[in-house]
Amino acid sequence: MRGTDYVLKRVGFAIVTVFVAVTINFVLFRLAPGTAVSNLSRVPHATQQLRHALEVQFGLDKSKWQQYVIYLKQLAHGNLGISYENEQPVSTNLRIALINTLPMVTLGTVFAIVFGTFTGVIAAWRRGTKTEGLTVSSALGFYAMPTQWLGLMLIIIFAGVLPTGGMTNEFLLNPPFWTHVKDLASHILLPALTLGLVLYGEYTLIVRSAMLETLGEDYILTARAKGLKPRTIVRKHALRNAMLPITTLIALSLGYIVAGAILIETVFSWPGIGRAVYEAVLQRDYPMLEGAFLVLTFSVIFFNLVADLLYFKLDPRITE
Amino acid sequence: MSEASLFVEAPPEAGTKSSRGFLLRTLRHQPAAMAGALFLVSMTVTAILAPWIAPYPLHEQVGPVFGPPSWQHLLGLDDGGIDMVTLLIWGLRTSLVVGFAATFVSMVIGGTVGVVAGYFGGGIDTVLMRITDYFLVIPDVPLMIVVAAIWGPSLFHIIIVIGILLWTSTARVLRAQVKSVRERVYVKRARALGAGHTRIVVRHVLPQVAPLLIASTVLTIAVAIFDETALSFLGLGDPSNISLGRIIENAFERAAISTGAWWAIVPPGVLVAMLILACSLVGGSLEDALNPRLRVAHLSARTFRLRPLVGRGEDAL
Repeated sequence: MRGTDYVLKRVGFAIVTVFVAVTINFVLFRLAPGTAVSNLSRVPHATQQLRHALEVQFGLDKSKWQQYVIYLKQLAHGNLGISYENEQPVSTNLRIALINTLPMVTLGTVFAIVFGTFTGVIAAWRRGTKTEGLTVSSALGFYAMPTQWLGLMLIIIFAGVLPTGGMTNEFLLNPPFWTHVKDLASHILLPALTLGLVLYGEYTLIVRSAMLETLGEDYILTARAKGLKPRTIVRKHALRNAMLPITTLIALSLGYIVAGAILIETVFSWPGIGRAVYEAVLQRDYPMLEGAFLVLTFSVIFFNLVADLLYFKLDPRITE
Repeated sequence: MSEASLFVEAPPEAGTKSSRGFLLRTLRHQPAAMAGALFLVSMTVTAILAPWIAPYPLHEQVGPVFGPPSWQHLLGLDDGGIDMVTLLIWGLRTSLVVGFAATFVSMVIGGTVGVVAGYFGGGIDTVLMRITDYFLVIPDVPLMIVVAAIWGPSLFHIIIVIGILLWTSTARVLRAQVKSVRERVYVKRARALGAGHTRIVVRHVLPQVAPLLIASTVLTIAVAIFDETALSFLGLGDPSNISLGRIIENAFERAAISTGAWWAIVPPGVLVAMLILACSLVGGSLEDALNPRLRVAHLSARTFRLRPLVGRGEDAL
């Protein structure tokens, strides 16, 4: 069963990658200048005993290797430590943040995939015409803009029309359900649009070049020779085959979505995981930063795995 | 021709045997890429000449806080009463330094990994590509943020952080190309004549992959500049150096938007966007010119062309 082989291989790769990410995380934060103890014991007249007691408390008296094993064990139990900032478990903080991020990111990404595919196909189809020139230059434009800056520009344009910060209107106390939904929807528009526009530029360019490659294949020539309608050729012959590279590239751009979310949530004060990263950096809240980095990495690895499996479903010939 | 038509017509002779003059030839045939290249060159010159051409001192208040554009201050003043044009010129300098230096670091890493993996193949290839795969999946910006936050803010750290995370695509692209070059007849002949690995790589492989490396370099510069603005925006930039990212961050932090001082926030972003656009135009057109598959289209009537039969032999790209 070559198919099972392929699936197992990809899942194995994802698991190993998660492991690598966890290890990088452990090494990075243990390489940070100073340990928790050297910071905490910087009180006046700190004795050797205090230092030692703290070291035992944080498990720093053990060898690095033992520390690593303990870290893995804690992680396996979903224990990411306690936030320095609000003294809540990091996992609780992150869960709340992630729930806030998901709708915003999903909305933006879906927008980008739908419009990006559409204009990308049009651009490839109408190659060499003004339509292509227009779509490609607008896509390049959005692609080139710094994400945070595009968000700020949207704030300037829509200030007064749409809310430009936060997730809800804090002056609405116990609103009825529909008012609440409307309120949320109006807050989500700008951040989601920012993400959508940046990704739209990228996806249009990706879809266009994938389509251009397939349109050069001999089977397109055959289809044309058979007298099929251009629309049919594009839909049934070209786009279907172009879906392969498109799926991969969109999966690879997930890391970018994550980065975009950090910048966008900072601009729009969206209380999600990206904003959590920003706050953690500002406060040097290392446990939060560590946890957020792991969650972001895991999600990218997970969606890459999904894309790999989807790839296989789209084209069962692929085994490598 | 508009700038957008750039990816449309690849010069017919590009991508054939000689890579000499490839850069210039591609640029000459593609006005948009040419414009991009000229823009990059002129910005580089501006950045180098910053100490002499900046109209006002960088650290001195020369007018009212958030003063609007006027004849003395073409783009107005920022929250500290510093001339925006001066800020932009110095910011450009820092951003380009980060862009070029970080790209250099990642090209050295990516180039080495790609060439070694592609040239030697076998176990080395497997190991190196596995490492590349891991780096490809781990999201770079969060990792950059973590590393920059731990190391502390400094220009050098930013350059290294960006540099060591941007090499993956270069390594992959080069590896594929080196693999095919390695199998070409003249390389085999050189080996049969007793040429060592170093000589083959330097004399025969590198010249063949140079255009790809150039394209990849230009595209990486764009990403590096973008990442620098992102890191600066999150407060991880070098506090003693003003970069384009820092200007955007400052304007955002000091409420330029609610003050209505658009001139403090629009120009730096436009400048970054133009730099990235210029890099994408140049890099993209080089890449497209190197990809002969894009030159055929069986559907659109205006560019209906058959796949050229030349270049299909063993010395095809």
